[in-house]
Amino acid sequence: MAWTRDQMAERAAQELRDGFYVNLGIGIPTLVSNYIPAGMSVQLQSENGMLGFGPFPYEGEEDPDLINAGKQTVTEILTTSYFSSADSFAMIRGGHIDLSILGAMQVAENGDLANWMIPGKMVKGMGGAMDLVAGVKKVVVVMEHSAKNEPKLLKHCTLPLTGAGVVDMVITDLGVFAIDKKGGGGMTLIELAPGATLDEVRNKTEASYRTSNAL
Amino acid sequence: MLIMAGGFGLCGVPEQLILAIRDSGVKNLTVVSNNCGIDGVGLGLLLDTKQIKKMVSSYVGENKTFAQQYLAGELEIEFNPQGTLAERIRAGGAGIPAFFTRTGAGTQIAEGKEQRQIDGGLYVMERGLVADLSIVHAWMGDTEGNLVYRKTARNFNPMMATAGKVTVAEIEHLVQPGDINPDHIITPGVYVKRLVHVPNAVKHIEQRTVRKRTAAPAGTGEEV
Repeated sequence: MAWTRDQMAERAAQELRDGFYVNLGIGIPTLVSNYIPAGMSVQLQSENGMLGFGPFPYEGEEDPDLINAGKQTVTEILTTSYFSSADSFAMIRGGHIDLSILGAMQVAENGDLANWMIPGKMVKGMGGAMDLVAGVKKVVVVMEHSAKNEPKLLKHCTLPLTGAGVVDMVITDLGVFAIDKKGGGGMTLIELAPGATLDEVRNKTEASYRTSNAL
Repeated sequence: MLIMAGGFGLCGVPEQLILAIRDSGVKNLTVVSNNCGIDGVGLGLLLDTKQIKKMVSSYVGENKTFAQQYLAGELEIEFNPQGTLAERIRAGGAGIPAFFTRTGAGTQIAEGKEQRQIDGGLYVMERGLVADLSIVHAWMGDTEGNLVYRKTARNFNPMMATAGKVTVAEIEHLVQPGDINPDHIITPGVYVKRLVHVPNAVKHIEQRTVRKRTAAPAGTGEEV
């Protein structure tokens, strides 16, 4: 069978490295924090102004002044620092965060990303997503391979972009793609989820891609 | 009238000052704030009374009244990427009329704005923002107007304090000059024109997430 949401998060956690500063988006990316390898030092950044945060508080210890970017109550750890939103995005835009893992509606083969609006529907806003994909060193998208049988990996995004040429890697329930966003080398299928086949991926992907020799 | 209101979600929101604006009855407001509260809380209070004409925000997804008024054409929204919004406010307070950022280059956000190639990358010109009135929430302040914030309730408050022609701060703890270590002051008093002491500030939690007292893995825990 293809990967579950947790298995996709576990696969995304393989992109973590010791000493990394990481921003995790809402949804499956949040689950990645459950798979940080023991002994690895990873500091999580929350764009509302916190670097280094811990698990949810124990019941009764919630602090309204201590939340993450998803507005969830969290906790402080020994490495925690607080700063303003301007400092937070200086950190993000300035390239000081190593890895951003976030969800997407569509990704194109050149690394274009769409995840903030659907024309004609009530738009909630992009929050910090545009800044994250523009500034963070490595951008990994974790998403379902297709939505209601419509492909999400496309030749060109049809939805308004969050960022142009910003995605380095896409992890779906069927496999992992690398995107050479700077070199223009396009998209390459580098891993298959257990149970997924090359034919299945081919049938569910509109984008053109190469398949790694290892597969 | 353009008002900046601090806060992220319901955290660090100048709730008492929002109530004062509601009670003043002033209308046709343009409000710059990262979010627009939730129904009946924070800036949601000013939606209920239809005092807001336009919001400049990065995310407004938590508010049903907002959606209704927007869809009815009663409310305008200008979406700014969150970091661009924060920097526009910082720049405004620092006397910088415009700056170039990579955020939003090549997207809808850049339409109608100057884009420029700098050092091989594409950047968008964004404008600094100043407000007629900034309202901020701080944890502690002295009578000189020096402010200290608490944890993630800092968020947009320090920049907004600098970008208001008049800045009013509500503070949970009022102290005398000298009581705050000068090294710890985040907003120097020069930016703050009025102080309102709110000793019993009511604070709201938007997403109450907790863990059981058994061992949990490091990180954030389960998704909600």
